[in-house]
Amino acid sequence: MTPTPTTPAPSATEAAPAATPAPDAPAVHTAALALGDDALVLSHRLGEWAGHAPVLEEEVALANIALDLLGQARVLLSLAGDEDELAYLREERSFRNLQLVEQPNGDFAHTIARQLYFSVYQNLMYGQLAATDSPLAPLAAKAVKEVAYHQDHAEQWTLRLGDGTAESHERMQRGVDALWRFTGEMFAPVAGLDLDREALREQWTATVTAVLQKATLTVPEGPQSGAWTAGAGREGLHTESFGRMLAEMQHLHRSHPGASW
Amino acid sequence: MVTKAPQAPTATHTEPVGPSAAMAPTAPAESATAPAPTALEARLHALAGSVPDPELPVLSLAELGVLRSVRVGATGHVDVELTPTYTGCPAIEAMSADIEQVLREDGQDDVTVRTVLSPAWSTDDISAEGRRKLAEFGIAPPRPHAAEGPIPLTLTVRCPHCGSTDTELLSRFSSTACKALRRCVTCREPFDHFKEL
Repeated sequence: MTPTPTTPAPSATEAAPAATPAPDAPAVHTAALALGDDALVLSHRLGEWAGHAPVLEEEVALANIALDLLGQARVLLSLAGDEDELAYLREERSFRNLQLVEQPNGDFAHTIARQLYFSVYQNLMYGQLAATDSPLAPLAAKAVKEVAYHQDHAEQWTLRLGDGTAESHERMQRGVDALWRFTGEMFAPVAGLDLDREALREQWTATVTAVLQKATLTVPEGPQSGAWTAGAGREGLHTESFGRMLAEMQHLHRSHPGASW
Repeated sequence: MVTKAPQAPTATHTEPVGPSAAMAPTAPAESATAPAPTALEARLHALAGSVPDPELPVLSLAELGVLRSVRVGATGHVDVELTPTYTGCPAIEAMSADIEQVLREDGQDDVTVRTVLSPAWSTDDISAEGRRKLAEFGIAPPRPHAAEGPIPLTLTVRCPHCGSTDTELLSRFSSTACKALRRCVTCREPFDHFKEL
């Protein structure tokens, strides 16, 4: 999503929020924006691991997963509008991503817990979407194959950390517990996404439960959303750290509109 | 643990989707009723297909299976359809530029290279010759998919150096998203494996 001369950025004075679809935009824009923002935001979070991952192989793995997600985000945001304007010139309240994906990386186990919850959701969701006649179906059919590898990566690490040392077990359990309250949002309705949400929830719960149990971890029992979350990320309500993440992500484009290399 | 990859029906979707505005606008993908390629189209297809992959230069785009169609319109406009291996593959832009260049050098002034996603590319689209070249280059080629069912993650991958089937996975993601990093237990050499997709 490098700014290029072919997509001239608006000057600072006309950096209007025009990139956000109008209220009467087709429902498919809403869906593309929600899924595109999920992919974009998680891609950026995973990119933050570059230079910090515990081993070189994981550095490369997380960057590769981030790249897959960025590719998906580009296609999805292009369906909703101009990808660069949407990514770089929207304010926090205009983003429609799940709060789960904007959560800070924490330690490696925390990131893996986030990957497990999200990749299982994304795999099931894209799988359903691919079988519909939605304009998003071709992307879903392609991305579902990529996400299968993300899910496998998250599952293997959950097993290794959960069923590892006392320290890794404790950290993995902490990550799984801390992020549980952000998982309910994945099953909320999204305009333009015609999915069997009950089946999605059932399959997600069954898959995650099986992995956590095999990893000797305890499946969290608390609520899957906080009382204060309201419509949460899909309604543009985000958590505290998201603003700081956006500031970093958008800084270059806002400071140097149209910059390219 | 073997992860089941849902088998997505792709043949019914013809809406091409481009990852960047530069590759729009979109047009209907080739249908079963598309006319047979003309001699010029066949020649340009071969020319575009001979362009080497920017990241795996031992393979041509034709061998990689990413060149979908080359059509020449009544006004001489050349329309090329390219499909990415992975949605986020950064090489796609270099591929587009390289195809455009080779066609321009051939005298085609009006060339559009579009990216299409459907039907999704599969490692099964890599030709037999492409697989042979990958192995020769030191990259274990992808295994063919079973007609139905999961990605065969747990089946053996043969070492491209010594031919041993005793190899182990080091990381699911290697130098590029399309490869996994493995090590041969027999000769101890690490090697890339082109993952099944």
